[in-house]
Amino acid sequence: MNSVKERLVNGLIKENPTFVLMLGMCPTLAVTTSAINGLGMGLTTMVVLALSNAFISLLRNIIPGKVRIPAFIVIIASFVTIVELLLEGFIPTLYDALGIYIPLIVVNCIILGRAEAYASKNPVIPSLFDGVGMGLGFSFALTCIGAVRELIGAGTLFGIHVMPDSYVPCSIFIMAPGAFFVLASLTAIQNKIKIAGEKKGKDMSKIQSGCGSDCMNCSDMGCKNRFYDEKAQDKKGEEEKTND
Amino acid sequence: MSDLMKVSSNPHIRSKASTSSIMLAVVIALLPAAGFGIYNFGLDALILIVVTVLTTVLTEYIFEKLMGKKVTIGDYSAVVTGLLLALNLPPKAPWWIGVVGGVFAILVVKMLFGGLGQNFMNPALGARCFLLISFTSIMTNFDCDAYTGATPLAALKAGESVNIFNMVVGKTAGTIGETSMIAIVIGACFLILTGVIDLRIPGSYIVSFVIFISIFGGHGLDFSFISAHLAGGGLMLGAFFMATDYVTRPITMKGQYVYGILLGILTGIFRIFGASAEGVSYAIIIGNLLVPLIEKATLPKAFGKGGAKA
Repeated sequence: MNSVKERLVNGLIKENPTFVLMLGMCPTLAVTTSAINGLGMGLTTMVVLALSNAFISLLRNIIPGKVRIPAFIVIIASFVTIVELLLEGFIPTLYDALGIYIPLIVVNCIILGRAEAYASKNPVIPSLFDGVGMGLGFSFALTCIGAVRELIGAGTLFGIHVMPDSYVPCSIFIMAPGAFFVLASLTAIQNKIKIAGEKKGKDMSKIQSGCGSDCMNCSDMGCKNRFYDEKAQDKKGEEEKTND
Repeated sequence: MSDLMKVSSNPHIRSKASTSSIMLAVVIALLPAAGFGIYNFGLDALILIVVTVLTTVLTEYIFEKLMGKKVTIGDYSAVVTGLLLALNLPPKAPWWIGVVGGVFAILVVKMLFGGLGQNFMNPALGARCFLLISFTSIMTNFDCDAYTGATPLAALKAGESVNIFNMVVGKTAGTIGETSMIAIVIGACFLILTGVIDLRIPGSYIVSFVIFISIFGGHGLDFSFISAHLAGGGLMLGAFFMATDYVTRPITMKGQYVYGILLGILTGIFRIFGASAEGVSYAIIIGNLLVPLIEKATLPKAFGKGGAKA
């Protein structure tokens, strides 16, 4: 069970998809106008991520390498459609608030990224919890961004009035520019904490930050090895050898 | 880098101009408009100007102290930003509007991009647009003790007649510094005579704006309509003091004409076809964003390069 816990911590903190990997920026910037929208988007994505990770992991030895991306997309799209119909039926307010961004979960790069980098190379249980961990990290980040934006832009938190009556809401924060302001500030705080940790002599090399996915110009050459469980990969390699 | 290192091939032009002397000239040139604003709108305007300027200067000082950088408040650029921002606020705006705007102008628009010379848009205008979007009702409420009702431009848009003499003198509702055309032109003349700015950008801006509204304004070459558009709103303040900002204007000569014409057309589009009566701030900010492209397109050929092939 150690690897389950490790996967959860990895998704939530070490490789937080939003603050560390900088993935899935489109829903992050677009739907976080309030804390509840951010949480809703995050949990919806988590469900899809966990289920598609588990399914892709199950089918990882059947899917041919050359057509794996279309195969992943078909699996992901099926789960997104299920979740979309469920949301429309049971939580119509959230469905209306998230709008086009629910079907767009299909092309969310966190989901495809985890399918490609982890689920297609690892057993089912770790893949499932990798999806849960990443989804929790995404939900956490989106809720944080949504909460800050809602607090400054509307003076409320989860719809409850918290600021004093004399507070004049700064409505730019619930519009598009506010998303960039808040995301940049929270990422800066995250980096500040990381640098302070490095100074104390902790090993922070496993925490990537602000990865612009520009691998060509990145000095962090070893990062690829951190995307999946190396031991599991070795086992798979051995299996392939024996198959030959 | 020491000054001795900055050597280019001769001939050299010698000048005593420095950042602080230029910025000081701009501050002096803004004083007539600020003075008239205080005379026109009273103590509220004075308090707002003082608060905003103090905020911008303090923000720059504190940021540079905290970041361990050289303190550059001595170059007066923060004072210019604060003063310009204050002149763009409605007179009855609460004091904290000046504080929020001042902090945003210096911290976000200027210092986070690397300080003076690195900011890609005019800090005062960036802050004004931030405030306009965030606190729309406060920023568009021009009621004060002396005047109530719409600004001349809003009245013009609604099809009402306006008193052009009052608009030229400045006895109308509006932001603190924009109402008096005379005071702004006095300051602009000072800047032109001291060589701080030239007429390339303001001239092409105003001329292209006049041409645009005479074609699309729906009044043809109606003198009173055109002069009301010129004297009303922030056009004069924007054309002479904000479009000419050294950091955010193109440096090529041809580019400055292109920039001025672009601003004139954008302002015309926003005023005639837009939802709100005023569009100078947004026009200049969009112009600022296009400056790198304009410079790239209008880069002059080096001597001996290009030209007709033999």
